[in-house]
Amino acid sequence: MNPFHYVRASDTSSAVRALADQAAPARFLAGGTNLIDLMREGIERPRAIVDITRLPLAGIDELPDGGVRIGAMVRNSHLAADRTIRERYPLLSQAILHGASAQLRNMATTGGNLMQRTRCYYFYDGAARCNKREPGSGCDAMDGFNRIHAILGASPLCIATHPSDMCVALAALDATVNLAGPSGTRTLAFGDFHRLPGETPDVDTNLQPGELITSVDLPGSSARLPSTYRKVRDRASYAFALVSVAAALRVEGGVVRDVRLALGGVAHKPWRAATAESVLLDHAPTPGAFARAADAELAPAVPLARNGFKIVLARRVIIATLSELAARGAR
Amino acid sequence: MTVVLRVNGRSHSVSIEPRVSLLDALRDRLQLMGTKKGCDQGACGACTVLVDGERINSCLTFAVQYEDREIRTIEGLSEDGQLHPVQRAFIEHDGFQCGYCTPGQICSAVAMLAEWRNGMPSAVSSSDAPAPADLNEDELRERMSGNLCRCGAYVGIRQAIQEAAGGTVR
Repeated sequence: MNPFHYVRASDTSSAVRALADQAAPARFLAGGTNLIDLMREGIERPRAIVDITRLPLAGIDELPDGGVRIGAMVRNSHLAADRTIRERYPLLSQAILHGASAQLRNMATTGGNLMQRTRCYYFYDGAARCNKREPGSGCDAMDGFNRIHAILGASPLCIATHPSDMCVALAALDATVNLAGPSGTRTLAFGDFHRLPGETPDVDTNLQPGELITSVDLPGSSARLPSTYRKVRDRASYAFALVSVAAALRVEGGVVRDVRLALGGVAHKPWRAATAESVLLDHAPTPGAFARAADAELAPAVPLARNGFKIVLARRVIIATLSELAARGAR
Repeated sequence: MTVVLRVNGRSHSVSIEPRVSLLDALRDRLQLMGTKKGCDQGACGACTVLVDGERINSCLTFAVQYEDREIRTIEGLSEDGQLHPVQRAFIEHDGFQCGYCTPGQICSAVAMLAEWRNGMPSAVSSSDAPAPADLNEDELRERMSGNLCRCGAYVGIRQAIQEAAGGTVR
C-alpha cells in the first residue's frame, strides 16, 4: 500500500477543513471496510487520509415530522438493532442485516455504506480494462463474465452495479442525505446522490470535491409502512445481491394507496422503480397488477451475454415480494 | 508515528506507519500471533478480534484508528488460567481441523453469543421481533457466516457454539 499522510479529525468543520488542506487526492476514512481494501489493491491511492471515525455523528435522533436522523458515523450493526429504526423502518434494518457479515457491519458506517464502490471483478483487477478505474481504457466486463452486471441504466462505457443492500432500502424510503463541504451545507434527495454511469463512470456520486456526508434523514411519511426486503444471491449468507427488492405497500379500500419499490443488484445505483409504482398506485393489489408493474419497470432492461436471467429473476422477485405484502395486509 | 494500543488489558506503545493494519500491528509488533491473516480483504474472518466487546475484521483497519480502544484477541480470552467456555467447547467438540481459522472463529463466537443475548436481530429472525431464545442452526449459520473454515469443520464448530450458548447440541 502506498504511504499516506494521516490526520484525525474531531469535528465536522475541522474534518472538511483538513481534507481541503491536504494534497489531492485525499479521502475521508470511516469504517474502512471498502476504502482500505481498495487502497491495498492500489485502486485508491490517496496521499492523505482524514480519519472521521471519531466525529460526533453517531446519534440516531427523532425528527419533528416523525422521521429519524441517522448520523453518518452510526455503525450498520447499531442502526439495524436500533429500537426506533426497527419500529418505524423495519425495511432498513432488514436490508442492513442482509448485507456483509456481522464483523463488517460492526465496522461499516452509514455514510461509508453510501460511498461503497462497485464489486465488479474488472474494476478490482488492475490488469483489466475499466473505464471506472481508468477513464477511457475500455470495459472488459462488456464481453467478459458479466453475470453479476447491470440490466438497467447502464452505458456503453460501464455495466457495473452498486453493491449496497442498505441503500436499496434508503431509496425506497425516500431518504435525504445531508452534506457539509468547503462552501457550506446542503441536502440531496437520495435518488440524486448516486449517478448512472453515462459518459463518466469514474464518478459514482454527485458529491462535490471535499464534501462529507454528515447524516441521512428518513421522513415521517415513510414510517411504519408494511414492508419487506428480499435478496437473492448465490449463497444463503454473506454474498452480494444478484437481485434484491425493497418494497412497502399500503392498501386501503381494496386499492394501493402507497407503494415503494426499489431494486438492488441491477444498476449502477440503487434503482427506485418509479414506473412500477405508478402502474400500481390507485389500482387493486392483484398478482396481475404486480406482473404488469414489473413488466413496465423492466421493459427498458437490456441483457448482456450472461446476465439475462436477472430480468426474469427481478420480475419474479418483484411479484413475489408485493404478493407477500398484499397477503399480509389482507390477513 | 507512535500509537498506543490497549490489548488484552495492557497498553503498548508502538511506532508504526499509518498504513499498518491492526492485524499486522498485533502480529508483527506485539508478537500476538494468535490472530491469523487469511485473505487480508475481509472475506474469511480469520483475523477477527474484539474491540470494546464487538467483533471486527482486523485486516480492514489501520491500527491508528483503534488507538485507546479496548482490543481483545484470542490470547486474552482465558481468565485466571482457565480457558473461556467457548474455547473449552471447541476442544470438546473438535471444532477445528488445521486450526488456522480457529482463533477468528472463537473470537467471533464469543461476540456473537453476546449479540444474541442482547437481542441483536439477524437476517434469519425477523427484524421487528425479539431475537429467538433458541439459537437454532439457521440462526447460528447466519450469525457466523463471516468466518470461513476451509477444512470444513463446521459440524464441530456448530456443536461447540451451541453448547457454549447453553442450548442442546443436535
